[in-house]
Amino acid sequence: MSATLPSSLATNPRLSQWLGFSADGTVVIRPGKVEIGQGILTALTQIAADELDVALPRIRVETVTTPTSPDEGVTSGSLSVQNSGVALRHVCAEARSIFLGVAAQGSGVPVEALRVEDGDFVGPQGAIASYWSLAERGLLDGDATPGSRAKPPSARVTVGTSTARIDLPDKVFGRPRFLHDMRPVGLLHARVLRPPSRGATLRAIAPGALPEGATLVRDGSFLAVVAKAEHVADRALVRLARLAEWDERDTLPHEGAMPAWLRQAVGESSVVAERDAGGATATRRIRRDFFRPLVAHASIGPSCAMALWTGDTVEVWSHTQGPYNLRLDLAKSLRISNESVVVRHVEGAGCYGHNGADDVALDAALAARAMPGRTVRVLWSRADELGWSPFSSAMLVEVEAGLDDAGNIAEFRLDVTSNGHSSRPGRGALPTLLAASTLDPPFAVPVAINMPVKGGGGAQRNAVPIYRIPTLRVGMRTITDMPIRTSAMRGLGAPINVWAIEAVVDELAALAGQDPLAFRLRHLDDARAAAVLQRAADMAGWSQREAGEGSGTGLAVARYKNLGAWCAVAAEVAVEAEVRVTRIWIAADLGEVVNPDGAANQLEGSAIHATSQALKEAVRFDRRRVTSDSWESYPILRFSEVPKVEVALMDRPEMPPLGAGEPAFAPTVAAIANAIHAALGVRPRAMPFTAANLAAAMDQG
Amino acid sequence: MFAFTLNGAAAALDLPDDVPLLAALREAAGLSGPRFGCGVEACGACHVLIDGQSVPTCVLPLGAVAGRVVTTVEGLGTEASPHPLQTAFLAEQAGQCGYCLSGILVSAAALLAANPDPDEAAVRLALEPHLCRCGSHNRIIRAVLRAARQGQPA
Repeated sequence: MSATLPSSLATNPRLSQWLGFSADGTVVIRPGKVEIGQGILTALTQIAADELDVALPRIRVETVTTPTSPDEGVTSGSLSVQNSGVALRHVCAEARSIFLGVAAQGSGVPVEALRVEDGDFVGPQGAIASYWSLAERGLLDGDATPGSRAKPPSARVTVGTSTARIDLPDKVFGRPRFLHDMRPVGLLHARVLRPPSRGATLRAIAPGALPEGATLVRDGSFLAVVAKAEHVADRALVRLARLAEWDERDTLPHEGAMPAWLRQAVGESSVVAERDAGGATATRRIRRDFFRPLVAHASIGPSCAMALWTGDTVEVWSHTQGPYNLRLDLAKSLRISNESVVVRHVEGAGCYGHNGADDVALDAALAARAMPGRTVRVLWSRADELGWSPFSSAMLVEVEAGLDDAGNIAEFRLDVTSNGHSSRPGRGALPTLLAASTLDPPFAVPVAINMPVKGGGGAQRNAVPIYRIPTLRVGMRTITDMPIRTSAMRGLGAPINVWAIEAVVDELAALAGQDPLAFRLRHLDDARAAAVLQRAADMAGWSQREAGEGSGTGLAVARYKNLGAWCAVAAEVAVEAEVRVTRIWIAADLGEVVNPDGAANQLEGSAIHATSQALKEAVRFDRRRVTSDSWESYPILRFSEVPKVEVALMDRPEMPPLGAGEPAFAPTVAAIANAIHAALGVRPRAMPFTAANLAAAMDQG
Repeated sequence: MFAFTLNGAAAALDLPDDVPLLAALREAAGLSGPRFGCGVEACGACHVLIDGQSVPTCVLPLGAVAGRVVTTVEGLGTEASPHPLQTAFLAEQAGQCGYCLSGILVSAAALLAANPDPDEAAVRLALEPHLCRCGSHNRIIRAVLRAARQGQPA
């Protein structure tokens, strides 16, 4: 028995905060994690059903509302099942034990003689009580206690099966489900006029009328229009854009010179990992650079929020990943107390990390402040979403590695240079929300940070190779000048780090005259990493693969964050005018899998997302503004370009569950890069892997 | 006042004729299926059927549908009486966040109406105007092919 509580329970120990029963025969669970398209509501329902012994349809999930829901921080990092699932399992198991104990005491039937049948407590003489008959007794008013009472894996019934997603019917029948669909009585619609360029300040608003019924809201350089009808707000925004006069200046680096900018910009250096276990000296060395540009989350649904002021308090509806963190930054930005803000989570479109979800919540609160007593909804435009959301930082990775005389990796040095990978709200003295820096008086923009490596890291995520390497040094330089706001996106630093490591390992294998699979397996002490790698290679028919003539297959493996799930990917490419990824094979070890189809859905989805980023994506900008603010200028993978994907999950029901949303992302990028080399003989050096970037890599040699 | 047929019933919306159809459907007609994604006919989230053709509605003025037949995802079927595509999308668990699905479903319905037995290439082509960021594409393709199979005579 473990002597400590799961981390989410340690901070939110009250059982009734997580779980409730009603006399009408229903169960409510209240996780602190939110649905972002990853299927967490379904997985948590399965866990609760098994531990409570109730049928799935009895369970309803209540989404997060401050301050009553458990505070589980941010729904990110592939931690929803790992944190919330483990906490809920503990809560439900303890609740079952408490209820059975009370039923036993009340009836005289020994607890060992009781079993639970869909919520009824059944003894030798039949049902004696139920969760429902004891629902009003306040049995969950105490705190969770350490020690697991959860069922053994073999006794789980629903967990481990592919239960259908509980949120999908609404989405397939077009029923209201998203925040975007909420229409409270008397709702007003607002649009925000973003500045024409980064750092622009409002000089004046020329005289001129807005369309009838539209109201202007101004605070410093923050401008919004509010109207009863959405199409009137849209027209008013167009009008306001013509009237607003701005002072602008160049604030951005040259897009074409970003690797040089990263090398020269002011930053803080740190050592991520260092060891010197002696051993043979490298006698053959290679040195390689890798670059990834800024990339965007590019949600299909633009960010949306609603706000309602009542006196000095504000209620905000948001599809944020971190309702409690958002609440802290809303309070700071609005210069009111934290207790004056209520944040209610409602689902939005998939976010893939820290996109505009939090920013639009402040926009709504600011617009609604001018309309007390009325609910005001702000919807971002496509240009806002692609042009003003936080981006994942441009990154540079430099590797120097060497083989000893026996063909073993003797040395490996990796240096990663990047802006921070978190501007998430609620973590610093200053608010990180977009509009905060435009208010009067403005807040300074806090520079994005890289989380410590024990929490998975930011830029340095997956920068430490998982291979046996005697002499290793991994360094990070976090740029402290942030001309374009950066924050968390699926994988954080992992995609470029895994790509760099796996490309260099492929080259070292070639230098040693060995097959890339055999070379990797020879350097892997981690049996679970070796197992997924072998599995992916088998799925892809690695030993019989054909290469050359413009097609090829590549392999890559990583353990997400070096402490999460193990995942190996094989990718097959066909190169014509541009690179096309034709097939992807994924093998993943996620530990216990609550919902295999849900996990497969996450893995294959993230591999397609990664393919899009690897082949096509780059945020474009001039010296003043982000110019890739449409789907035309920020293209993503389309139906005609999507590879076929096969997924295999290792069977590990007895191991702790690990998240599925991100582990396939980085190995997919790396496997594609290695496949390109197999097909063309050229090693990609810059993302995206376009014909132009590959031609440059060829020139570089 | 613009009269048209909306999901099988007569509809009349008292709005200026230049209001985009999407805004009219969501605000005045109270529908939630057609979704705003880009506002420039570039992502597919707002598609509906007009006289059986799948078209974007974020730019198209309301005046353009006077007298025509408009079907949104809500008009394809309901949970009690689902369209074969809706059944197939649930069977394949074809979606993650689901924001793109309304538009994809109506384009798939238009495809199957015109070509009851499409191959995979035809499905990809029909769905090319639609963006999905979650990477549910392969499940979506499988679901459309499944619906087509189940629509075939035994």
